[in-house]
Amino acid sequence: MTEQVVLTEMDLTERFPESVKRDERKGYEGYIVKAEALLDVAKTVRDEMGYDYLSSVTGVDYLPDGLMESVYHFYRTIGGPALVLKVQTPRDQAVVPSLVSLYPGAEFQEREAWDLLGIRYEGHPDLRRILMWEGFAGHPLRKDWREPYYEEDAKPFKSRWPDGHVYRIEDKNPFHKNVDYPADFDPDKWIPDNDSSLYASLTKIQSSLSDSSLKTDTLIVNLGPQHPSTHGVFRMVVLLEGETIRALKPVMGYLHRNHEKIGERNTYLMNMPFTDRLDYLSSMSNNFGYAIAVEKLMGIKPPERAEYLRVIMAEFTRISNHLFAIGSLLNDLGAYFTPMLYAIEERELILDIFEAVAGSRMMCNYFRFGGVARDLPEGVYEKMRDLVYERLPRRIDELDLYLTNNEIIRARCEGVGVLTPEQAIAYSASGPLLRASGVPYDIRRADPYSIYDRFEFDVAVRYHGDVYDRYLVRMDEIRQSIRILQQAIRDLPEGPIQAGKPQYQVRVPPGEAYGRVEAPKGELGYYVVSNGKPNPWRYHVRAPSFVNITALETMAKGNKVADAVAILGSIDIVLGELDR
Amino acid sequence: MTDTELNKPGYEIPPEIKNQVAVTTIDRIYNWSRRSSIWPMMFGLACCAIEMICTAASRFDFARFGMEVMRPSPRQADLLLVSGTVTKKMVPQIVRLYNQMPEPKYVVAMGACASGGGPFKEGYNVVSGIDNYIPVDVYIPGCPPTPQALLHGLITLQKKIDNQTLREARWYKKGVSEVIPVPVLGPDIMDPREYELIREYSQKKSMEGQAEATAQEGVNPA
Ligand code: SF4
Repeated sequence: MTEQVVLTEMDLTERFPESVKRDERKGYEGYIVKAEALLDVAKTVRDEMGYDYLSSVTGVDYLPDGLMESVYHFYRTIGGPALVLKVQTPRDQAVVPSLVSLYPGAEFQEREAWDLLGIRYEGHPDLRRILMWEGFAGHPLRKDWREPYYEEDAKPFKSRWPDGHVYRIEDKNPFHKNVDYPADFDPDKWIPDNDSSLYASLTKIQSSLSDSSLKTDTLIVNLGPQHPSTHGVFRMVVLLEGETIRALKPVMGYLHRNHEKIGERNTYLMNMPFTDRLDYLSSMSNNFGYAIAVEKLMGIKPPERAEYLRVIMAEFTRISNHLFAIGSLLNDLGAYFTPMLYAIEERELILDIFEAVAGSRMMCNYFRFGGVARDLPEGVYEKMRDLVYERLPRRIDELDLYLTNNEIIRARCEGVGVLTPEQAIAYSASGPLLRASGVPYDIRRADPYSIYDRFEFDVAVRYHGDVYDRYLVRMDEIRQSIRILQQAIRDLPEGPIQAGKPQYQVRVPPGEAYGRVEAPKGELGYYVVSNGKPNPWRYHVRAPSFVNITALETMAKGNKVADAVAILGSIDIVLGELDR
Repeated sequence: MTDTELNKPGYEIPPEIKNQVAVTTIDRIYNWSRRSSIWPMMFGLACCAIEMICTAASRFDFARFGMEVMRPSPRQADLLLVSGTVTKKMVPQIVRLYNQMPEPKYVVAMGACASGGGPFKEGYNVVSGIDNYIPVDVYIPGCPPTPQALLHGLITLQKKIDNQTLREARWYKKGVSEVIPVPVLGPDIMDPREYELIREYSQKKSMEGQAEATAQEGVNPA
């Protein structure tokens, strides 16, 4: 970060005339790169053009064309729009070189694309399934893969609409359950994987450890999936030498709810309530990202009042999320439940506002394409005003007073789980995790969306990159959010809240869009591909928790096992989004 | 519990020892103490778990009903609150946790997901309700159920406990209680009790596949 980066804008097609061409499909952007040239192109993109941040890696199954496409979104941490690269391969031979050597942040995202789409990333250090278990039959996001409860390709299903008779899908399944088995399969002969490949990848590390003359045995410990400090059904497998962590493998997928597969069957609007359930602590922000992505495709903009309401809700969400994150971090450190009670008290007041405007405390489903669902009911404006001008600033100061200089907190947090700025960027970390490492990258500033360019606020940054700084960044961000809220609530204009008529079925022209917002946990991106039909062809969520967890091993290595819990708490993960 | 509620067998208590002595039945005192100290297992599955935490916290505070002691270990818990989406990858662990809980034990399915699959029901990794694998005592509708609904569900569970009698309690019956076989992760989730069915199904499937293949050959002879 300190050295001067010389950025050159260049046309990749001129630099690599043989292997790069522009993506000329209508509604698409970026370049199509030949698989064998991907590493060279990515190196140029990173080192010469300054796109040091690989935000998202995913795949799209273009079944009618027989193509499997791997899609990459690169950004610069100094701000600006994306550079999109794509690699196309035949579906039955989807092999693409892995970018992990250049961008370590691609590790889990590539594993996910392998697991769900069957794209093999050559040169990946540990290409195992990530969300499903080893042994699961098939790659479920492929368009020709059908789940046991398959009814039709697209919703609304004929059985429910228009004549509206409903049958239970269980009754059509021979097991009356959500299961299906391949032909000629004998369960008695089945040997379950039982994580053997996972442990094998750890023992590899184990054997490379014995460098000291003193021979010590290592120990493998499983934390989770049922463990009070893993924030849900998350599992960490740690390799210990004494009490020190030598290696750590996160295991996830225990809450994999097939968000994307269901999302590609839903109509566009049907996905809105599903996004609520991604990061269920900040549903409004999830709505925001999805609305932006689809609005980009549709080419519409919400009216002024709706923009303000969106920002207000998103910032309230950030406050309530950070309060919860701080409370549970303290929980993990052993301050059992007392700070949490303080945090939840304030969060409840924010939830009251959500309930008043959206009808539900947690699952708000408030955004619509081109606006928001409802206007403020009576009395809510005053409530919000009191909250952001009076109560919240006072209570945050109080929390600050109790916690920030607490001796035990400092002893447990300072210098623990350090992530340097270079590592943070390389691992595609985002949100408070990135900013606590000294990288002032906030999408609200770096690539402004909605009306964030109108507000005065500072991007919270801290420089030590440890657990304590992550806590402090969250505290700072709460204060900045209150600042934004004060301005937004002061300036909230009158007017309509929806562009045009509210529609149940929106028309989305063919094309692709990547919409991203600064969610409380980091960069939340939605990659949506439309083929002009009422439901998205591809719907991918770049979840901040999922990508941030890539850096967990680096942060935890060399620390004590008790700190792993604190480090995990400081990333602030939520499983709904991590596993989707 | 007040005197009048506990003292139901109908004996007249002399006035001089009123408020100090209660005559009651074993069932009633036993159930009363159990229902007032239900220890839920601290175990959150998904979104519903957040509402469960809120119910435990400052505003709704289910300590008022004697449930504040959340235990992370199944061996110390009375109540398995299945709070969220049950996935195939998670179900073996849940069954194992259930098996590890000592009797008397109860299961509450919180939310649409745990009760029947919920919004994600059609997903390939989602189990349509935890009752496919373990017995459930109370179902709470909602997505997520509000804290009020959760409290209502827990009070319903207390009522259920009130009506149980020692004579019929399954945990005082002779013999060991049956352990629920832990499902196995195969090409799809497999319940060990259904192996026979699975074998039949997949044989039938392969036979159909062959029949189709021969039919195809018939259409375009090579
Ligand atoms: S019922 Fe709704 S809130 Fe509860 S776990 Fe399922 S999706 Fe989440």
